[in-house]
Amino acid sequence: MTLHIGLSHYLVVAALLFGLGLVCVLTRRNAIGLLMGIELMLNAATVNLVAFGRFLQNGVSGQVFALFVMVLAAAEAAVAMAVVLAVNRSMKTIQVSETVHLKE
Amino acid sequence: MTPSVPDLMFYAFAVLILACGALVAFSRNIVHSGFALLGVFTGVAGLFGLASATFIAAAQLIVYVGGVLVVILFAVMLTKGIGEPRRSNPMVHPVPALALSIGLTALCVLAALSFHGNAPPPEPPDSVAPLGDALLGPYLLPFEFLSLLLLAVLVGAVMTVRKEIKPGKEERA
Repeated sequence: MTLHIGLSHYLVVAALLFGLGLVCVLTRRNAIGLLMGIELMLNAATVNLVAFGRFLQNGVSGQVFALFVMVLAAAEAAVAMAVVLAVNRSMKTIQVSETVHLKE
Repeated sequence: MTPSVPDLMFYAFAVLILACGALVAFSRNIVHSGFALLGVFTGVAGLFGLASATFIAAAQLIVYVGGVLVVILFAVMLTKGIGEPRRSNPMVHPVPALALSIGLTALCVLAALSFHGNAPPPEPPDSVAPLGDALLGPYLLPFEFLSLLLLAVLVGAVMTVRKEIKPGKEERA
């Protein structure tokens, strides 16, 4: 094993980051905490895309898909935060186990 | 064999990402988690830069740190009572959740290690101009769909959080 950084280094970091995001999603009851975990997992996937594009193809396809993921993550964050604020205004809580009704 | 400077930077970014990621996942205070996301996003941008994806690194800093993180922090601070550590994030079922996550992560790491040794890093290409060509060439259709999606998101987010002015006239769906 050489000291030089290769594809597997990126993949290991991304896998560990994905695991942390999964823990965050599974153990939180707070809607914003859940969204933070989802952001972690999306970032891990993006690192994978860029690393594969760099080391296996050496082109820009991986970067294009990383950009797409980034746009989707931003859209998801905006809509999710709007929903969280609306739910918080009408139900006074954002614990996902308590907001089980679609209407008041 | 001494590690080169980019290798050391890679390890520094990896440590930053994983430490801040652990803080996001395990902190009892949701505000601390939100600020720890800053470290994660910055470290990931550094990894993009080291993988010679410079435009993606800049976009990561602008979109995530400047956009997503600010939105998250606004949502945290506009939500009443969320800062109380006691009720902000109780563990649901920590043991099975941790077991599942550790198992899946171990599987991913094993799969990642199977790529070992196939990567003498090739010549770094000039990435920005080919990226623009790709976005307006073979990936034009998804690119345009994304712009449509962003427009829909903009309208939808505003519609969701707006205050009802005349509740009788236009009922919220």
